[in-house]
Amino acid sequence: MAILNEEQEMLRDMARDWATNESPVTAFRKYRADKPAEGFQPDVWQTMAQMGWTGIVIPEEHGGSDFGWMSAGLVIEELGKTLTASPIVASTVAASAIVLGGSDEQKAKWLPKLASGEVVGTLAVDEGAHHGGKTEASVSGGKLSGTKAFVHEAHGASLFVVSAADGLYLVEKGDGVSLSDRKLTDQRSHANVTFDGAAADKLANGGDDLLDKVLDRARILTAAEMLGMAQQVFDVTLDYLKQRVQFNQVLASFQALQHRMADLFADLAMMRSAVESGLEALDSGFGVPHAACVAKAEANRVLHIISREGIQLHGGIGMTDEYDVGFYLKRARVLEASWGSTTYLKNRFAALAGY
Amino acid sequence: MATLAEPRADTDEAFREEVRDFLAKNFPPELKGKGNALASVEGPTQEDAQQKAWREAMGEKGWGVPTWPKEYGGGGLSKKQARILQEEMGKAGAYNPIGGMGVMMFGPTLLESGSEEQKREHIPAIAKGEIRWCQGYSEPNAGSDLANLQTFAEDKGDHYLVNGQKTWTSGGQWADKCFAIVRTDKSDKHNGISFMLIDMDSPGVEVRPIQMISGLSPFCETFFTDVKVPKENLVGKEGQGWTIGKRLLQHERTNISGAGGGGRAMGAAMSEVAKKYAEFDANGEIADKVLRDKVADFEIRWQAFLLTARRAVEESKAAGGVSEISSVLKKLGTKLGQERSELAIEIMGLQGLGWEGEGFSESELAGVRAWLFGKAFTIYGGSTEIQNNIIAKRVLGMLDHQ
Ligand SMILES: Cc1cc2nc3c(=O)[nH]c(=O)nc-3n(C[C@H](O)[C@H](O)[C@H](O)COP(=O)(O)OP(=O)(O)OC[C@H]3O[C@@H](n4cnc5c(N)ncnc54)[C@H](O)[C@@H]3O)c2cc1C
Repeated sequence: MAILNEEQEMLRDMARDWATNESPVTAFRKYRADKPAEGFQPDVWQTMAQMGWTGIVIPEEHGGSDFGWMSAGLVIEELGKTLTASPIVASTVAASAIVLGGSDEQKAKWLPKLASGEVVGTLAVDEGAHHGGKTEASVSGGKLSGTKAFVHEAHGASLFVVSAADGLYLVEKGDGVSLSDRKLTDQRSHANVTFDGAAADKLANGGDDLLDKVLDRARILTAAEMLGMAQQVFDVTLDYLKQRVQFNQVLASFQALQHRMADLFADLAMMRSAVESGLEALDSGFGVPHAACVAKAEANRVLHIISREGIQLHGGIGMTDEYDVGFYLKRARVLEASWGSTTYLKNRFAALAGY
Repeated sequence: MATLAEPRADTDEAFREEVRDFLAKNFPPELKGKGNALASVEGPTQEDAQQKAWREAMGEKGWGVPTWPKEYGGGGLSKKQARILQEEMGKAGAYNPIGGMGVMMFGPTLLESGSEEQKREHIPAIAKGEIRWCQGYSEPNAGSDLANLQTFAEDKGDHYLVNGQKTWTSGGQWADKCFAIVRTDKSDKHNGISFMLIDMDSPGVEVRPIQMISGLSPFCETFFTDVKVPKENLVGKEGQGWTIGKRLLQHERTNISGAGGGGRAMGAAMSEVAKKYAEFDANGEIADKVLRDKVADFEIRWQAFLLTARRAVEESKAAGGVSEISSVLKKLGTKLGQERSELAIEIMGLQGLGWEGEGFSESELAGVRAWLFGKAFTIYGGSTEIQNNIIAKRVLGMLDHQ
């Protein structure tokens, strides 16, 4: 655990209490059964906004708290532990695109609403099943056309941050924007979004690498959610091994299992260091592209192993829908493939390092 | 020496200035980029005049052990100052001439558990790099099951009479003294162990070097036959040897992992090895994409490990000292250290497997020996399997329910 200041500790504890008591995995089950049209429970989102979580990286002058990325990551990690279905990662990243690349008018128009949770934003970047493919969406005369695939939180979002051949644009949901559901294993909100001459407002101030900067933020925050998930699967699995009895002994007493847990524990330590250093890099502004690769690549690697081992070490019960551990596996792979698979990130890391 | 300059160390810039000044005056440029022969346990002590002068200058300052207390000959520096010292030494290409087991594990343990007289007697000599220590722990039938050790110290009033055999004693043939765990009570496995200090030139001590797969012989069998050890060489009380001895292992593990700063240099970054030996394509990328992937994969995990080591240091500062996390660092660092060597060889091809003779550079040959020696990283200081047991038991509480 990073060394936190008092404010961060309070925020983390608040998020932990709320997630544990108000938004445990049973809440995710209820969400799954209710299938809210927004892709999240509006009252839950309201509560999260009231606690200030929607404005953590938004400057105070625009209605946020400007607590920084480490703070945002702490909250998101806690929410990841209980699989809270909310657009907090998507909307935080969308807000950061405006903070980084927006004009004064764009900031004044959108940031207060994003901070208050009134508007949900999301990134619409990839056009296929893999991150990092071609961008064919284009803009002419202020109208954007193209289709973005597997957009996270598309159902509840009213503002899309869309990549086109010549940069990033803000597009409001409405005329010229249509959704078709892409239901994935995590049973969260995903859709292909088709823009057909939709009014688009360019984010013109962020420099040529604005998209990369925004994606780095998406990678690091996603990794924070994955960290929460990995930690939870590890903890639940350890508890299970300590109570399940076979051969007249608790499973935890078998050395073969002890050593596998020790391996996972060490991997989890590496994942935590990588994710926290990504958040730190965003706060310090130093070495972000590099840190984002390390954070997301480690998150991918470790959550992949832990989500598999979590099921294996539970035995048959791990295969049941009634038991929570499978949910983590199904969300894990969606996040693993988002904003950079492991091979994509290794490639990017090598390119950044000059080999 | 330079006592007048010391109050200047109050502010950091002033301290940086002091370090630069000291290095300019004392570090012989001829030694630039050279390693620290004395820090390793793998070779005999052969100092030339310049190396000796450099060691003495650093020893005088206490800067070889920068954060140890000044009253025992340490540098008395804050962590921040120690970092500045390290940075400036790095810039000047200077190495720390003071090291070895005394610095890495025995000194920190004695500072915690030794008597005032013992600290005054032994710490300054370690800080000056004058005395070499070896570790008398393992025995033929006490490896991972260390507490099974049989070497017996019989109470003879004012001294102990020690009989038994230690093995795998690194640097035993070059050491002046040995910190050993021995049995003082045969009826109690763990509480019958005591921690004592034995002069290697005492009558009855015999060492026999053993050759390793790397071709070197840096470790020995050590025999004790009626060796007299004065009572004042007992550290802590009789029966506390297991506790003190385990604490020492925590220091050792942090060092072996490469995380403590005092560990062996892990060599150049993998990307540097690749740049030197691999083929690159027109895009400036390693031409073999599978190899490129392996290098990036390794480097990412290596970064995550270094970040973990840094985090552990910060957290242990907050929690007060080295802890069980040393097992995690040891396990990770040693595995990655071995992977690094294996990957370097893969990149270098047969050029990376030279044993001796023509056609290989000095560093290529050294790399081969280091690769072989590195196979010990996951064995000594408590094997990886033992670290897994410790993590499962002490950190994860997996045995509590038996
Ligand atoms: C290069 C080198 C330098 C050394 N230097 C020193 C030194 O200076 N001083 C000193 O005192 N010692 C030294 N050692 C000894 C070292 O500490 C021991 O080798 C080590 O503790 C392992 O003991 P062992 O060799 O008896 O192996 P064993 O204990 O016989 O182990 C053999 C294998 O079984 C595994 N194993 C053992 N017990 C368990 C268990 N309970 N559960 C699962 N797996 C287990 C081990 O992990 C290992 O893989 C050195 C060793 C080497 C290789």
